[in-house]
Amino acid sequence: MDIDSRHTIDASRLIGCPKCDKVYKARIPGPGQHASCVRCGTKLISRRNLVGSSILALSIAVFVLVVSATFAPFLSIEAAGLSNKVSLLNVATSFRSGVLILVSVTMVFAILAIPAIRMALLIYVIAPLEFGLPPTRHARTAFRLADRLKPWAMAEVFSIGCAVALVKVSDIAQLEFGAAFWMFVAVSTLMILSDSYMCKWTIWQAIEDSQ
Amino acid sequence: MTTAREMGLVICTSCARVWPGHLRRCARCGHRLRSRPAASLQWVWAFWVTGLVAYIPANLYPMLVTSTFARDQSNTIVGGAVEIARHGDIWIAAIVLFASVVIPVAKFVAIAYLALSVQRGSIHSTHGRHRLHETVEFIGRWSMIDVFVVAILSALVQLSSVASVHPGPAALTFALSVIFTMLSARSFDTRLIWDPLRPRHPRAA
Repeated sequence: MDIDSRHTIDASRLIGCPKCDKVYKARIPGPGQHASCVRCGTKLISRRNLVGSSILALSIAVFVLVVSATFAPFLSIEAAGLSNKVSLLNVATSFRSGVLILVSVTMVFAILAIPAIRMALLIYVIAPLEFGLPPTRHARTAFRLADRLKPWAMAEVFSIGCAVALVKVSDIAQLEFGAAFWMFVAVSTLMILSDSYMCKWTIWQAIEDSQ
Repeated sequence: MTTAREMGLVICTSCARVWPGHLRRCARCGHRLRSRPAASLQWVWAFWVTGLVAYIPANLYPMLVTSTFARDQSNTIVGGAVEIARHGDIWIAAIVLFASVVIPVAKFVAIAYLALSVQRGSIHSTHGRHRLHETVEFIGRWSMIDVFVVAILSALVQLSSVASVHPGPAALTFALSVIFTMLSARSFDTRLIWDPLRPRHPRAA
């Protein structure tokens, strides 16, 4: 991948590395391969990805799972004849006193709202492209927002947090996993799958081409 | 191989589309186009200082308050780990200390090092520093584990007189510290690491 003479710049045929500012002539790699920045190694285009319909299916699945996991029984505990049952929403809002409420707000966003919003945005953007319809009116803003929200969706971090908490509790009490627990494990796995197999550049190109 | 700035172009940091340098907004994704945002390092330092300030009370105040039959016990992050170690679980104590002390401190040091090296125009180990930034960005969100564990324990362990767990004020300041270090790492413009490698050229004709 190299650049033609500087005098014949057609910016639409170039791709830039957003991480180190190198410019390349965009050349779509063969199926199963990916194009990375030669200088800093940032992945630019990937053909090892899933097709749009798989991403769409994954997004719908994750969205449905997050919404239903919110209210279903998550975990229950039993010790010395006493028991307690909690939902995911109970866990996310367990900071109740004074300013600690802010932590509850952060948690509701990080583990429930942002994952659900991101998936809804991806469905909104990808569904029309997949069915050959013109892109939705705010597709550009929606896809950009979905990308910016990515680091703040912390479902998989929460799953590992569950594992740590369970190790701590298992000595003193008996635990039972509810349906929401398994749904959330699925949410984390599917989200990692869909994020690592989605090529941003391909979708941007599709949005640009269909406009 | 040339950089966009040397060619008088600008790359959209959101969608990787290349545009003529004078454009202000990406026509493909709508993101603001800026070749090298002038204030990016100031944002890095501002978030860094805020994160550090929040990290101090996160270590001084209790993270978790456990009430059992007769007594209340509050534990700071380090205190909790020491307590676990006293019970004999050296490895779990080590993991807790690593996740909530070693990693956060290492993140502060790493971001400060990156910002200072860029300010001095260093040309050493550009690849190493680029990878360091990637690592800091990747690890950042995982520090929230501590806050999540406190949330799960305080929601779950509510067994009236037998045992109950409540979150302490450190949970808030620790969460804030994590969020601000994430923002600090995200504000860092990695292009600045690579810029000093070549003398600046005048814009291409």
